[in-house]
Amino acid sequence: MTLQTDWRGMINPAVRDLPPSGIRRFFDLVTEVKGIISLGVGEPDFVTPWHIREACVYSLEKGYTMYTSNHGMLELREEIARDIRDTYKVDYNPRSEILVTVGVSEGLDLAMRTLLRPGDEVMIPQPSYVSYAPCVILAGGRPVYLKTSVEDGFQLAAEQVEKAITPKARILVLSYPNNPTGATIDRKNLLEIAEVAAAHNLVVISDEVYDKLTYVGEHTCVSSLPGMRERTVLLNGFSKAYAMTGWRVGYAAGNGDFISAMTKIHQYTMLCAPITAQLAALEALKNGRREMRKMIDMYNRRRRLVVDAFREIGLPCFEPRGAFYAFPDIRSTGLTSEEFAVQLLNEEKVLVVPGNAFGEQGEGFVRCAYAASLEDLGEALKRMGSFVKRRLGRGKVLTASFRKPEQDEGEGMRQTV
Amino acid sequence: MREVLELLESDARLTAGQIATMLGRDEEEVARIIKESEEKKLIQGYFTLVDWDKLGAEKVSAVIEVKISPQRDVGFDAVAERIYRFPEVRSVRLMSGAYDLIVMIEGGTMKEVAHFVSFKLASMEYVLSTATHFVLKTYKHHGVIIDDKEEDRRQVIMP
Repeated sequence: MTLQTDWRGMINPAVRDLPPSGIRRFFDLVTEVKGIISLGVGEPDFVTPWHIREACVYSLEKGYTMYTSNHGMLELREEIARDIRDTYKVDYNPRSEILVTVGVSEGLDLAMRTLLRPGDEVMIPQPSYVSYAPCVILAGGRPVYLKTSVEDGFQLAAEQVEKAITPKARILVLSYPNNPTGATIDRKNLLEIAEVAAAHNLVVISDEVYDKLTYVGEHTCVSSLPGMRERTVLLNGFSKAYAMTGWRVGYAAGNGDFISAMTKIHQYTMLCAPITAQLAALEALKNGRREMRKMIDMYNRRRRLVVDAFREIGLPCFEPRGAFYAFPDIRSTGLTSEEFAVQLLNEEKVLVVPGNAFGEQGEGFVRCAYAASLEDLGEALKRMGSFVKRRLGRGKVLTASFRKPEQDEGEGMRQTV
Repeated sequence: MREVLELLESDARLTAGQIATMLGRDEEEVARIIKESEEKKLIQGYFTLVDWDKLGAEKVSAVIEVKISPQRDVGFDAVAERIYRFPEVRSVRLMSGAYDLIVMIEGGTMKEVAHFVSFKLASMEYVLSTATHFVLKTYKHHGVIIDDKEEDRRQVIMP
């Protein structure tokens, strides 16, 4: 007991005071319940395509088990540069402007630590992925939340950035397509945001790990916008597009001086990303396009089914145009996000993540990952249907989980541009 | 049309309504595409892939390489037809290479299969020779891995 108290006193207050992840409490709940259908997983349900796994096995047989360059294997960096150039027509020098990281998570942490001085402010749109603010805090910065809402399609607007500018403002985080909302951002909004960023000399850290999972319109890479290549840190990885979450490999692309500063931290803390994962990533970039397209087509079909089913159930659902999340509005049930998630889990054994785990702006919503089999999705939606029906107390009959609705656009929907 | 057929090929139980939703199209349009595909025989049938081995059912399959001499005007087609009309023949394909037809047949016992080959197939006019290979185990069938050991190993919740 005394030892524990002592240790608590020894912990860095910045770490001690970090709020625990809102998702954490669910871990404990979940382990007790059997037969759960989980829509709570932020990763593909596909296993990494076989050709990638096979290439990795081959590399092990050939004895590729050593360190690589701190920057990552040059061949991989060259393929990354080629992929960015082919997709977005932005040129990065693979020798000096790309760093291979242990997932986007490491890239994010490195970027914050490389840039932030004590008290610097980082603007983070909310709701958003759970790591941004903790990484800022651990790097000595101060997160400033920019609230996005369903009415605006969870898109950040330039005026919001403008309004939040202070003399301490240094960084703007962008993460579209977005986890947890599935929102994408219109090019027009990005152009306006870019102007504000330039006017106030902000660095933009753009987490584009879901870029390939864009179903409506085309993804705009932030560094492809006029003048933005030089002030953007582009973060991306292989986890989502190639179903490679557990491999932990990603990259950062940006200004050469910045990348070499980032590499300093990386070389002292991580040395390099695992060589097996780098070789697998190389195979993914060289030969993974077909399998990736197949997975994306499947996500897209499930996306339409899920959104449709939510609207039929009576939960307004904003159209997610990217990633693999739907973010239905559960306010009509009179429950908070957490109550909804806990009761749904207990009564129907369906797991969703309360929206407020992604910031208070997510309150009133739940995140449902549709990276699940059609069978599981169908069953989960049926169960959610009966749950919601009980809560709404109306005679809304759900005849089938998948039916085409009469009208296409639900409440809170944005028109397709 | 292609997308509709691909979806049906992956799961024949999908309804026109479900397909329409998944593809963001009109249900009536999808129903029409399916009907037309059936009429034009683009869709040849709807089947269920059954793992009979698991049931313990006695079934024997064999692939048979068949060499035949082609006939004037009809080439290999006439002989192929004489072969594929037998109900125990599951598939017949014309091949390039060392033999002409590859015939997949299914029977209750090895004896039954052997009987078919020697009495029906090998003795047929224009059939020059046969080579029979019995199937010992099926690993993958119609794109489906039999007894796939890969399961969902993800954590149930992840940000």
